[in-house]
Amino acid sequence: MAKQITQAGALPAVAGKASSRFKDSSMRQRQFKRGTESIGAHVIMIIMVLVCIFPLLVLITTSFKQPTDIFTPYVQLLPPHPTLDNYKYVLSHGFPTWLLNSLKIGLLTTIVGLALSSPAAYAFSRWQFLGKQGVLLIFLITQMFPGIILLIPLYNLFSQFNLLDNVYALVIAYATTALPFSVWMLKNFFDAVPKELDEAARVDGLGPFQTFWRIVLPLTIPGVAVVGFFNFMTAWNEFMMAFTFLESESNLTLPLGIQRYVHAFGADWHYLTAAAVLVTIPVLVIFLWAQRYLITGLTGGSVKG
Amino acid sequence: MAIIAQAPTREASAEHARRELIQKLKITGRAYLWLIPLLLGMAVIVFYPLIYGFVLSFTNAFQGNVALHLGAVTLPATYQFVGLKNYTSIISDWFNPSSDASHVLLQTFIWVVANAIFHFVIGLGLALVLNRKMRMRSIYRTLIMVPWAMPQFVAAFAWLFLFNQQYGYIDAALQALHLPIIYWGSDPVWALIGLIIVNVWLGVPFMTVTLLGGLQSIPSELYEASAIDGSSRWQAFRYITLPMLRPIAFLVSLLDVIWTFNVFAIIFLITGGGPFNRTHTLITYAWTQAFLTPQRYGLGSAYGFIILFILLVFTIIYSRLLRSNEAIY
Repeated sequence: MAKQITQAGALPAVAGKASSRFKDSSMRQRQFKRGTESIGAHVIMIIMVLVCIFPLLVLITTSFKQPTDIFTPYVQLLPPHPTLDNYKYVLSHGFPTWLLNSLKIGLLTTIVGLALSSPAAYAFSRWQFLGKQGVLLIFLITQMFPGIILLIPLYNLFSQFNLLDNVYALVIAYATTALPFSVWMLKNFFDAVPKELDEAARVDGLGPFQTFWRIVLPLTIPGVAVVGFFNFMTAWNEFMMAFTFLESESNLTLPLGIQRYVHAFGADWHYLTAAAVLVTIPVLVIFLWAQRYLITGLTGGSVKG
Repeated sequence: MAIIAQAPTREASAEHARRELIQKLKITGRAYLWLIPLLLGMAVIVFYPLIYGFVLSFTNAFQGNVALHLGAVTLPATYQFVGLKNYTSIISDWFNPSSDASHVLLQTFIWVVANAIFHFVIGLGLALVLNRKMRMRSIYRTLIMVPWAMPQFVAAFAWLFLFNQQYGYIDAALQALHLPIIYWGSDPVWALIGLIIVNVWLGVPFMTVTLLGGLQSIPSELYEASAIDGSSRWQAFRYITLPMLRPIAFLVSLLDVIWTFNVFAIIFLITGGGPFNRTHTLITYAWTQAFLTPQRYGLGSAYGFIILFILLVFTIIYSRLLRSNEAIY
């Protein structure tokens, strides 16, 4: 009986030991597997990161090269004779004018976009009213417009009103996309502010505008800033409309100015890359900071960036 | 008794409904007051031009017959309505295999499908890799976003530089590996492949980041429960990850298709639609019709509305498919 008990007692212990030994080896195996997987993941990511940033690195290194060092029989990634001449030339020829035009257009687009769309976005976010779904749907469809569909009539209208080759005409052209985009994004940001705050404000005797202006808008300042930034960036980067509408040297925006470094046979790559780096770096830095909010806004909060 | 008792309730409910309606109308009035600045702005700069463009698409307008301002003198427009002629000529060209237009249609199809597939597959792959605890994850995630953060025209120039024949870095690398160099600028097939490479490079970051967000919002309890039930990793991927990712995946691929369809700067700046018009898509081709001599605004507008029609039909079918397939999971 006692023997039996000890045996019975011993068996589970042995079984336990065996199973723990088994667990040990399988765990080690799993850890090993996880280790190789993790190395594999890092290798994949490092390759992808290199592919992603390589063109930018090439732009930067080329911008410090002398023209004769750019196309050589053997590729030299780093500039063999680094120079700042390209930047000096670019900054003293044309670039400041293009920059000023781009800033003017970008800031005006941003201000017009936010001023017209934020009250509308608040109304969409807060009130159930007749025709709301219809108007929202129309805004969604305008986001789908191929650029060409408004480009042609706008070109002809601007020509009739003598607005072709005019910097301010581009603000109008960019507002066509900035307005619906801003309404959609801002609505999502306003939706994230609890409606109870509005109720509380109403109980405290604030009217709808006061509630919007003093309570909801201050709470969504980061969102508003991000929408403003993306409107600015769209204007800063846009090529097709600017290329179609602008003509004279003094009206060019940055993309058009930089495109002038390309000729029928080749391009002034040393100037082009220097100017391109100057255009890219500021928006790149702000974009990498702001992208989380863009993703949250675009997907209606279903995804956090 | 019962009838007497009911009568006032019915009246009360009618009264209630009336009050609710008045309340609703009040809110509607206030809402439109807030919408006025936006709606007026949109009416002037979007809807009026849209209608104007729609009218133009039924005319033979080109640079020689639209209204012209020469200082104080204004020559009135002399273009005429031609009915559906612009639309019929575009569509009949599509069925003529030797015309540029039919090639453009095919190229647009290849362009959109190739981009959509590569964006999604590579984006999902990277999102799955990034969706695990690993060191430097946030650094990888940030650096991967560089193509999206760069202005598109700058990206176009950077790749134009890399594609440069013989001395460009890509051909130089091929030469170093003793491979034949690629004539990116003169070979129509390679030119289109080059453009697709650039646009895949541009579009993958958006897919990766949004799909990663989608993956991270799947509750981990689901995976734990399935592990207890003894499911393999493939099964977990197939029966948890994919269905849970579905809504966001559909949304971002829809956005992606629309954006890819509308890409202009990349194609225009890298190949200009050449060689021999073999890298044009509908958008860039429509632009050349409308803004290169003889600037056929009517024909170009017709192209614009055909493109919009295609996108709308695609969106409707796509969202129907999404809804009807939901029962499968």
